[in-house]
Amino acid sequence: MMKQIILGAWVAASCLLAAPSIAQTDADGLMMAKNNFCGGAMYMHASWNHYWEGTLKRNNLNLGTVSTTTYNLMGNYGITGKLNFLFNVPYVRTKASAGNLAGQQGMQDLSLWLKYMPIEKSIGDGFLSVYGLLGYSTPLSNYTADLLPLSIGLRSKTTTLRAMVDYQLGSFTTTASASFMHRQNITLDRTAYYTTEMHYTNEVFMPNASQWQVRSGYRSERWIAEATYTQFTTLGGFDITRNNVPFPSNRMNAGMLGTNIKYNFLNKLNGLSIVANTQHVLSGRNVGQTNAYGLGVFYIMNMPKLGGKKAKP
Amino acid sequence: MKCRIYIAAMAIISLASCSKTLEDRSQAFPVLNPTKTDANAGNWRPILLSTANEFPLAAPSILAGTPNYILELNEIKSYQANLSQQQRQQINFWGAGAVLRWNEIMRTLVAQRNLPPYQNADGTYPFPNANNPLAYPIFPFANPPYAARAYAYLAAAQYDALVAAHFYKAQYLRQAPYKVDATIQPLLPTSDLPVYPSEDAVVMGASVEILKLLFPADIAYIQAKAAEHKVVRIMAGMNTRSDVDAGEALGKAVANKFIARARNDRAGAAAANPAVWAQFETDAVTRGETPWKSLELPARPPMLPLFGKVRAWLIDSAAMVSIRPAAPPSTQSQKFKDELNEVLNFSQNLTREQLRIAHFWADGIGTYTPPGHWNAVACEDFINLGFSEVRWARNLALLNMSLMDAAIQCWDTKYTYFNPRPSQMNPAIKSVTGVPNFPAYTSGHSTFSGAAATVLSYINPSKAAEYDAMAKEASLSRLYGAIHYRSDCEVGLQCGIRVGAFAVTRGRADGAD
Repeated sequence: MMKQIILGAWVAASCLLAAPSIAQTDADGLMMAKNNFCGGAMYMHASWNHYWEGTLKRNNLNLGTVSTTTYNLMGNYGITGKLNFLFNVPYVRTKASAGNLAGQQGMQDLSLWLKYMPIEKSIGDGFLSVYGLLGYSTPLSNYTADLLPLSIGLRSKTTTLRAMVDYQLGSFTTTASASFMHRQNITLDRTAYYTTEMHYTNEVFMPNASQWQVRSGYRSERWIAEATYTQFTTLGGFDITRNNVPFPSNRMNAGMLGTNIKYNFLNKLNGLSIVANTQHVLSGRNVGQTNAYGLGVFYIMNMPKLGGKKAKP
Repeated sequence: MKCRIYIAAMAIISLASCSKTLEDRSQAFPVLNPTKTDANAGNWRPILLSTANEFPLAAPSILAGTPNYILELNEIKSYQANLSQQQRQQINFWGAGAVLRWNEIMRTLVAQRNLPPYQNADGTYPFPNANNPLAYPIFPFANPPYAARAYAYLAAAQYDALVAAHFYKAQYLRQAPYKVDATIQPLLPTSDLPVYPSEDAVVMGASVEILKLLFPADIAYIQAKAAEHKVVRIMAGMNTRSDVDAGEALGKAVANKFIARARNDRAGAAAANPAVWAQFETDAVTRGETPWKSLELPARPPMLPLFGKVRAWLIDSAAMVSIRPAAPPSTQSQKFKDELNEVLNFSQNLTREQLRIAHFWADGIGTYTPPGHWNAVACEDFINLGFSEVRWARNLALLNMSLMDAAIQCWDTKYTYFNPRPSQMNPAIKSVTGVPNFPAYTSGHSTFSGAAATVLSYINPSKAAEYDAMAKEASLSRLYGAIHYRSDCEVGLQCGIRVGAFAVTRGRADGAD
């Protein structure tokens, strides 16, 4: 899912921009209990009207505001209390408010995650838990990555390794994670292209990427409210040259500030939750300065209470 | 614990299983091994040279057996005694063909410089300045007409330089160093062709001069390539330094004749001025038509509106007018409305295969342009055909002269009729590739492709049907891209075929067949 955070900044493929806000995701310190399934849907909208051409921030009258709408179907299943399986299926639609380029739409990339919590213990007055995650994403349709910034994705099959630590003291939590993304090469519909040199192949070398994230806030049985900071860095790639078009193997970097709010219904509607979140790109390179928000509804099946120990009031 | 091991194993397998090294077709080209030397090419008809020996080349002053010649052989031996892996790779890289590699260098420069200038603060646009090439916007903006002209000058100069080289090869009959001294290893395929002057160096010398003129911001890059090319011929035991020096000097002399032509071919005036731009609009209104308007924001001046007046290679100005097609369907006509609706339909119901085709042939900004695409197609076919350097040059000269003439013919048509793009007439039409900033009729891609397919079918008849299919696909790709009407594509293709025929006529009479 991580790659789409940065994609979000370009294609504004917001699903994963917003994904970190949902409880029991690939980026938080929450787990589903054994045999419980949390499923839901999220709507996300992201847009930008300035972007970084290399390090130069600019607008583009021939694009106007580029917006992306994403509909996600997501789920998280507790294989055990310590091992969860997560997925996300996004449908993405892009649009430019000015100029002549046609917006694109379609099924984007399926994401699958295994989330493992090997360590969970109390330290002082709080709880410490440590996680290891393995993620994989792959395109669900034959969309093109070669129409940036209106492509719905980058197409690169991505394997993510993530280490994460969560500390909860009373209702106050802090989560930190670091990720490495191995991104497979992609192919274009053309047989030659120029990056900083000519390439006579339809295959594009995709640089790997890294990401770290810190999130902190309030977490109770009923409410979660937190702020996030995420730094995505492409490990290689090249800058867009002056007045050129973006390319999938650009050096796309972004620093993003986000907020997440989640409300868990209790009593009669127990298991139901709604989420809302925002993301704002503070700094970037070869990406759009995205503002995004998301809204979602989730439901936990066969479980009267939230899974995992963290949801205790 | 089991899970942890499983996760770690999965991750390692996943990360290790896929190599990310690209397989580049150009890097894998085999070394050139011509099936015949074309030793008589000194008799072939040059393009600009009055005769093959218009520029004199003195007899080699360093004669076989003299102490100075022995020094030259010793230079080769000293290189060969300590060749690095990188030097061996360079020998094989350049060994694929001098004409081929300099054509690729031009394609690289075109792709790098094919970027429209960003607007000024007041909404006007700056123009690149050849006299101050590194100031933004960097000179040139290597758009399709500029690129077509660049490829043509390069190929034509290479061809004339090689015809001259063959003339002197036959006159001086100097043997290759590996034939004179058996201790010198030929590291590339050998032949009986005399080596003075070196055909690689003559191509290099001509190419450097043409590229410096056309890509003045990149002279350092060009010179570095030239230095590498020059020395690999010596390292490979194919030429002595005097073969190379003589070839370079002859190539430069020939190129200067082409540069003189380029300075007077009217391309320098093709951008025109606001009064000329306004006149096109007025004329279209007078004819009762909707004039073309730039769809860019802010509106950008039309691309090289007087490129249709540039001096062509194979078609005189009267003939250029005579092959100009009739006007496109009037913007008032039912046929126009029908064609506009067809474009709208493609923009709203494009299949994935049609999108592939639109992108395969798009060759838009930041690419080597449609003429570059056809050069790439030609070169990838030629490497299998066993051509000599001079035949490579002759064939690429025919192709590229026809591509430049196609650009001239197409631009003449575009600015005769000055008709609007589909999206101007119906803003609901959105495209999957950039809308070119010049009138629609006729399609440049179609004209280029008709010309290229015609010339390539003459050179390589076994693939004629394939070239024809490629040209038709390239032509229709612009309709799929929703930036051209069907008339633009079909008429453009026919015009291109007509332009290509001029090159075929020349080819049949140049002595190479």
